[in-house]
Amino acid sequence: MARRNTRREKLITLALHVGLFAGLFFAAFPIYWMLASSFKTNGEIFALPPTILPKIFTFEAYAAILTDPVKLRFFFNSYLVAAVVTILTVFIALLAAYGFSRFTFRGKAALSTLIISTQTLPPITLLIPFFGLVVSYGLFDTYAALVLTYLVFTLPYAILLMTGYLNTLPRDLDEAVAVDGGSSWTALWRVIVPISVPGIVATSVYTFLLCWNEFLFALTLTKSTDMRTVPIGIQLLMGQHAFEWNQMMAMSVLGSLPLLVIYLIAQRYFLAGMAAGSVK
Amino acid sequence: MTARGPKANYKLGRKVAPYFYLSPSLLVVGLLMLLPMGMVITYSFQESAVLRPDTSFAGFKHYRAIFGDEVFWASLWHTLYFTIASVVAHMTIGLAFALMLNSDRISPMLRSVLRVLYILPWLFTQVIIAVIWRLLLDPNGVVNSILIDLGIIGSKVEWFSSVETALHAVTFANIWAGYPLFMVSLLAGLQGIPKDLYEAADIDGATGPQKLFFITIPQLMPIIVSISLLDFIWTMQVFPLIWLTTGGGPIYATEVLSTYTYKLAFSQYNLAQAAASAVTILLISIGLTLFYIRHQKAR
Repeated sequence: MARRNTRREKLITLALHVGLFAGLFFAAFPIYWMLASSFKTNGEIFALPPTILPKIFTFEAYAAILTDPVKLRFFFNSYLVAAVVTILTVFIALLAAYGFSRFTFRGKAALSTLIISTQTLPPITLLIPFFGLVVSYGLFDTYAALVLTYLVFTLPYAILLMTGYLNTLPRDLDEAVAVDGGSSWTALWRVIVPISVPGIVATSVYTFLLCWNEFLFALTLTKSTDMRTVPIGIQLLMGQHAFEWNQMMAMSVLGSLPLLVIYLIAQRYFLAGMAAGSVK
Repeated sequence: MTARGPKANYKLGRKVAPYFYLSPSLLVVGLLMLLPMGMVITYSFQESAVLRPDTSFAGFKHYRAIFGDEVFWASLWHTLYFTIASVVAHMTIGLAFALMLNSDRISPMLRSVLRVLYILPWLFTQVIIAVIWRLLLDPNGVVNSILIDLGIIGSKVEWFSSVETALHAVTFANIWAGYPLFMVSLLAGLQGIPKDLYEAADIDGATGPQKLFFITIPQLMPIIVSISLLDFIWTMQVFPLIWLTTGGGPIYATEVLSTYTYKLAFSQYNLAQAAASAVTILLISIGLTLFYIRHQKAR
């Protein structure tokens, strides 16, 4: 456009950049503050005036957490539960997605609507019967209670994500296996799975994160410190009488690390997962 | 299952196979979703449930107790305020950020860096969002300190522990945490709008705001409606953020349906009455979900 160099255009560009940096402050300052506080001494956290950079830069809070066996156990539990749920979810979802993507059958539309709608089930509504079930089957305060209940919110997304991915793969591939006399089961494992690795990775990443972040079920269905996960560990830190703010921040940073690492490495997969429930 | 042999056998295999592949999922949906939903409805009509259960039929007793409780109605209004304010703000901020990032006036380098940074709040779990905002909004915290320096407030405000500000404070924290879903979806939507629409508008001499309101927003409308509905359903269910910042207090100034139900169940151990409240939430969710599914089908 010929108007590009006018004063007005320059003003618009300037305003845009001001807006962008205001947005950056809004988005990133709270996170920066958490990070900076995790390297401060507890006394400096609420110093007046606030210190933008830690005056005394210390790993004290991280050391306190990483040498405390109780807190390390929270991390172990979180990784374990998330890993087991991810494996189960991806396996079950892959089979279901294969069924949805490659077959026509009676009740298909109804089943897929059922699965989409289970995404919106309120966790608090399920929590009460889960509590009843977990208590009556003696699963209270066990890993099994968490693994089983986490499947409820991971599976619908995983099925949608995987079905979406399988639908992008050409059907000639598995039809070639059928022509050669192979079963659909053979086609799935010999042909579909090897080329679905990106879809499987995206689904795994998203499932892992959903589990890692879960709070309500872990709060209610476990009780002993041995069984608690990272989000509950952070809550327990908050419940103490003397607030160790720097430790709370360090624990939050450590608890966000898996997400940040996966996000920075696999941004594309991550956003695919995020949009799965919405753009479908 | 085998496709070897005659064609009839193959056809039978194609008929049975999908049910085989779907069976593990159906088992999970049946045992862990449909059965619990049946259970929670049953609980809500029992005298008491789970702990010291008394399965005799209680009729609508628990529903009457809830609908007669002013805290329930307060929770419902807080939930609506929290949800509607969050969704509107998520949409507005998400759209503004998406439009700014999509502008051809910024360098591609800056655009990709900012895109990564703008998504950051979405990465943090609600527990950590609660911790971050408790740090920022502490009476001695950095937000008060900045606002006092700027002369916007005269003295320290107890954001999360005063009745006047608590609900706004948790809503603000939730707004901060949730806009990236809109931003990412709208950014993808913006890239799908045909360029010739804008070229035609330029020829007709349309101004920037005209293009925004007559091309961009109408083109994005399906995404806006669909994400708003999902966001509405999810925001209504928010629990950890409120539980860990205010716990529903002070008094019940930030009590929402989820914290109200949780307290009935696990502080007062009145699980039957909690079930009645949970069923009420379920009915609201089902209503919204049906609306969402109809909208998705219409697309």
